[in-house]
Amino acid sequence: MDRASSNLVELRDLKVAFDGVQVLHGIDLNVGRGEALGLVGESGCGKSVTWLAALGLLPGKASVSGSVRLDGQELAGGPREAFEQVRGGRIAMIFQDPSSSLNPVLRIGRQIVEALSLHRGLRGDPARREALRLLDMVGIPDARRRFDLYPHEFSGGQCQRLMIAMALAGEPDLLIADEPTTALDATIQAQILDLMIQLRAETGMATVFISHDLGAVSQVCERICVMYAGRIVEEGTVAQLFSEPRHPYTRGLFDAIPRIDGPRQRLIPIPGTVPNPKHLPEGCSFQPRCFRAVEACRGERPQLATSADGRQLACFRPVQVNEPVEARSRMTEDMLQ
Amino acid sequence: MIRFIAVRLLRALTTIFAVVTFAFVVLRMSGDPAQVMLGPDVPQEAVDAFRRSWGLDQPLWVQYLAYIRSIFTGDFGVSMRDKASALDLVLQRVPATLQLTLPALLLKLAFGIPAGVYAALHRQSFADRGVILLAVLGFTIPSFVMGLVLVLIFAVILGVLPSGGQDTWVHGILPTITMSIGGIGILARFSRSAMIEVMGQPYIRTASAKGLKWRDVVWNHALPNAAVPIVTIVGFMVGSLIAGAVVVESIFSWPGIGRLLIVSVSNRDLAVVQCILLIIAAAMVVSNLVVDLLYGWLDPRLRSNAAH
Repeated sequence: MDRASSNLVELRDLKVAFDGVQVLHGIDLNVGRGEALGLVGESGCGKSVTWLAALGLLPGKASVSGSVRLDGQELAGGPREAFEQVRGGRIAMIFQDPSSSLNPVLRIGRQIVEALSLHRGLRGDPARREALRLLDMVGIPDARRRFDLYPHEFSGGQCQRLMIAMALAGEPDLLIADEPTTALDATIQAQILDLMIQLRAETGMATVFISHDLGAVSQVCERICVMYAGRIVEEGTVAQLFSEPRHPYTRGLFDAIPRIDGPRQRLIPIPGTVPNPKHLPEGCSFQPRCFRAVEACRGERPQLATSADGRQLACFRPVQVNEPVEARSRMTEDMLQ
Repeated sequence: MIRFIAVRLLRALTTIFAVVTFAFVVLRMSGDPAQVMLGPDVPQEAVDAFRRSWGLDQPLWVQYLAYIRSIFTGDFGVSMRDKASALDLVLQRVPATLQLTLPALLLKLAFGIPAGVYAALHRQSFADRGVILLAVLGFTIPSFVMGLVLVLIFAVILGVLPSGGQDTWVHGILPTITMSIGGIGILARFSRSAMIEVMGQPYIRTASAKGLKWRDVVWNHALPNAAVPIVTIVGFMVGSLIAGAVVVESIFSWPGIGRLLIVSVSNRDLAVVQCILLIIAAAMVVSNLVVDLLYGWLDPRLRSNAAH
């Protein structure tokens, strides 16, 4: 029970298959109270599916197994009502495409009030006042006048603010932000990130930030989890991963980020593409794209294990600390040819 | 909004005008009422006299202008057969037709939409497949076959329902059911696909993620969005309420508009046919107009498009 008290959410061996194709291969993940965790990886690596599965939001054709505990209480396999009580009230979620995530035929005020009455029993004037306060909090200007407008009368960035306001309505302990800034312009992205940081400071709610943008994740989060092909391959603090990425995939993600400061460098792309979940490569899923892969990587799949510095890593030949970029760059270019 | 309605009204009037003109020309090209009314053996003088008295000896465009002029004064002509006002003849039949089509419409709505929505929410289930199968059967079996099968079962074999006539409300049961089955199938199909489309939208996931109960997600978030395509079909059905059903009314010898239309066409009773077509066109156009206004009410995005 003492573990349950330290972690808000614990995922154990979470697996998801669509029509018999396994897309999530057993995820173990803890989210502490008030913690900000980043979930990083390319599209299709299972980072969104992990949390949709945890909240029971996947369509019926998905088969989910494993354990999802909230405050030590098991949710997985439970009745629909158990999920309905958790959603919005304990764990809220916002999505990638804010404009189509709001119901187009309902006024935005009503959509927020709906969440308030559901989770806090507010109705009528008090609900309206609280909704206006939330709209104010997420930075919707002139909220009083725009309370009765429809989602299409707001910009994409404002729709995401509305989504966040709606998520806050249930006073959740955890906010899952699933690529919340991907569909937005760069300047709006920065504003939404700032808003998330500020709200977390004000409310103390934990945040899981799902993104393929390492830079954005490192701004918001304390801990990062890197996923590849339905598995966690490396997990550690932002400082650990930034200063010494050990998994070649993590390293590759960092090398693919353009830098504003420092000398101009060529970006090093990760060769190849994400494997089809139907035909995962033998051994380590990343080995066909990996610049450090050896024969052993093709034969067996490395397990996630805790390293001396506390991070978790699933790699037989992790990147050496201070390994020069040039060597890798050469190898990558060889592979690309 | 006023401009929107004005544009639609103008378009509606144009449509009605086109229908009237088309009907006028085609009817006069397709046979001589004098021959049909008087029979093949009458002397030429009688035919000529008939034509003169109805103005059929005038050039087509003169007849047409006279017809249009009289329509604008509310005069829809006189039946060549009964010598009575065509409009009165048609209006007399309206209650009988509505007696069938209104209950049929209610049946379509009451069974078609719930069946489609249920199938969409239980996709790939046994019930879903059953609904699809019945819906396809419903709208592919022609109404004259369906009507005869129902007569065979309920009137001939079981002997529980009358096979024709309009004496009591019981006589209306079989024609009403025959008339509604195709529409139930169409509405079930449409509601199902509209609902499946909506249930896959991100805002439905948002509604679930919010913690709403499943039935609230369906009722408050999905159905209002699925209503737009369903309303289109229902509008079409409402528009054809008055047209009745030529085939079904004939099978069950029901004295409605459909029967009147058949008789009038075979008699070349020009004024009556034109009057019926005009009323049917007007009903269809009005219901389309109402549907357009409903779109705006149902979907705020369309409202602001129309305003611009």
